[in-house]
Amino acid sequence: MLKIEGLRAGYGAAEVLRGVSLSAEPGEITVLMGRNGAGKTTLMKAIMGLVKTSGRIELDGTDLAALPPHQVPRQGVGYVPQGRRLFAELSVAENLEMGLGAGPAQGRAATREEMLELFPRLRERLHQRAGTLSGGEQQMLATARALCLKPKLLLLDEPTEGLQPSMIGAIRQVMVTMRDRGLAVLLVEQRIEAVLELADRVSVIEMGRNAEDFSRAALSGAEGRLRARLGV
Amino acid sequence: MDFGPYLMLAMLEGAVLAAVLALMASGLSLVFGVMRVVNVAHGEFYMLGAVVAWAVTTLLGAGPVLNFVAALIVAPLVVGAMAAAADMVILKRLNYDPERTIVATIGLLYILQQLTLMTYGADARPVVAPFNERIALPWVEWGDKGLSFYFPWGLSTTSYKLFVIAAAVVLIAALKLFMAKTRAGLIMRATQGDREMATAFGVPVERVYALVFGGGAALAALAGVLIVPIQQAHYLMGGDALLLSFIVVIIGGLGSLSGTIVAAILIGLSDGIISVFFTPTLAKMIATLAVALVLVFRPQGLFGGTSR
Ligand SMILES: Nc1ncnc2c1ncn2[C@@H]1O[C@H](COP(=O)(O)OP(=O)(O)O)[C@@H](O)[C@H]1O
Ligand SMILES: [Mg+2]
Repeated sequence: MLKIEGLRAGYGAAEVLRGVSLSAEPGEITVLMGRNGAGKTTLMKAIMGLVKTSGRIELDGTDLAALPPHQVPRQGVGYVPQGRRLFAELSVAENLEMGLGAGPAQGRAATREEMLELFPRLRERLHQRAGTLSGGEQQMLATARALCLKPKLLLLDEPTEGLQPSMIGAIRQVMVTMRDRGLAVLLVEQRIEAVLELADRVSVIEMGRNAEDFSRAALSGAEGRLRARLGV
Repeated sequence: MDFGPYLMLAMLEGAVLAAVLALMASGLSLVFGVMRVVNVAHGEFYMLGAVVAWAVTTLLGAGPVLNFVAALIVAPLVVGAMAAAADMVILKRLNYDPERTIVATIGLLYILQQLTLMTYGADARPVVAPFNERIALPWVEWGDKGLSFYFPWGLSTTSYKLFVIAAAVVLIAALKLFMAKTRAGLIMRATQGDREMATAFGVPVERVYALVFGGGAALAALAGVLIVPIQQAHYLMGGDALLLSFIVVIIGGLGSLSGTIVAAILIGLSDGIISVFFTPTLAKMIATLAVALVLVFRPQGLFGGTSR
């Protein structure tokens, strides 16, 4: 489904990704790991067309890199960025509206209802400004906003960073639910225990290049190697 | 005339200025808010609104009402389209860099001004108001014989000035509703909040910018059309208007529409009152001093950061 090959990307003259390959399949959680500054967030942005790239980023045969950036979500890519990046001045309902607007025109009311059932806390806060929500609620909203566009590929960049344990469980549960519904999930996650529990595949990048890939089967025996790679 | 009626007259004059200023400054504020572009050429779009209004009424040559209605529709469309084109040709190439767009819009200011001088000329030309009845205003007073009600000599306004105030109120209310309730308004506010995330949710940001820049210019042009029956169209009229708009937008808080409107009312009314009782120069001095004080003690503006 998602096939990235020889991806280079960067900011101005500084090259961050120097030829990365990666794939993600429906019904699987692919975890992307790497030390701070390895280029994980840059890779997510590259998929969304938010940084200058060369190389192929193919989604079901469509070359995303060739599209104008605002067309990428319309191909079915939902993005939950690092640090959440909600529209802080907009209400909860309006943030959801932005997600719905990027998805198919049919069934928006039903999708919205489904999201409010998945995250009941958001229903109580529909008319509150997104910037005034707690950290956990903001993460729920960022996730719901991305799911509103009915993605086939869901990108999550450190979605549990800085959250309370109770919230972390809820967010992980949603990822598992979405995987079981057949979405391709590409997750950036730093916590090894979570990765061992959730991942169907793991790709580690170092300094903008592929370092090592682990299959689900290989993962359980490879915890030590993984820790060494990440320096934790 | 007694002090009371005199003050009321001054406030009416101020209200006309406030109305036009609020309309024009809303455009400046919208462009800055959404695009982070300080549009130094904004005053020229106001001037062009007035000049296009003159051109439309002259070319059409119908009755004053029809002429004016045509100007009110055509001028904002023409000026808005010019601004949107300038956005796509100039500002987009600069990648909307905050500093370089200031320099570029200064250039645009001189280009528009000189082109107007070369084509329209250096004369100030009037546009006939669609209606202009003199309206005497009543005054109520506690005298020795109890409450008395009379029409003081000289306390009057015109139906057109009242229309300008009403038109500005309606247009600004419409703008606020548009921003708060429509999908296009939502997209503009989202783009204002986070351009990159708006893109990640399907917003063609460059198209939004062209529309916002065109819309901001159209608001200035509308203000120009409304003022031209009172003030005449002249190629240099954008300068003072730009200065007052900046004063209003800074006092109100950059990018805050509500703040801009409140500041326009404050500056308009005080300008009217001080001009009538003292001199227009003193009014401008006080407004400039107010900006300096705001910048020193509350740089985010009176309303910046709280309401948007
Ligand atoms: N907007 C930016 N401009 C310039 N350099 C950046 C920018 N964002 C990130 N970088 C640099 O790119 C590298 C990779 O960053 P990032 O992709 O955020 O890493 P990660 O998410 O893996 O921690 C870092 O060296 C970082 O300093
Ligand atoms: Mg990161």
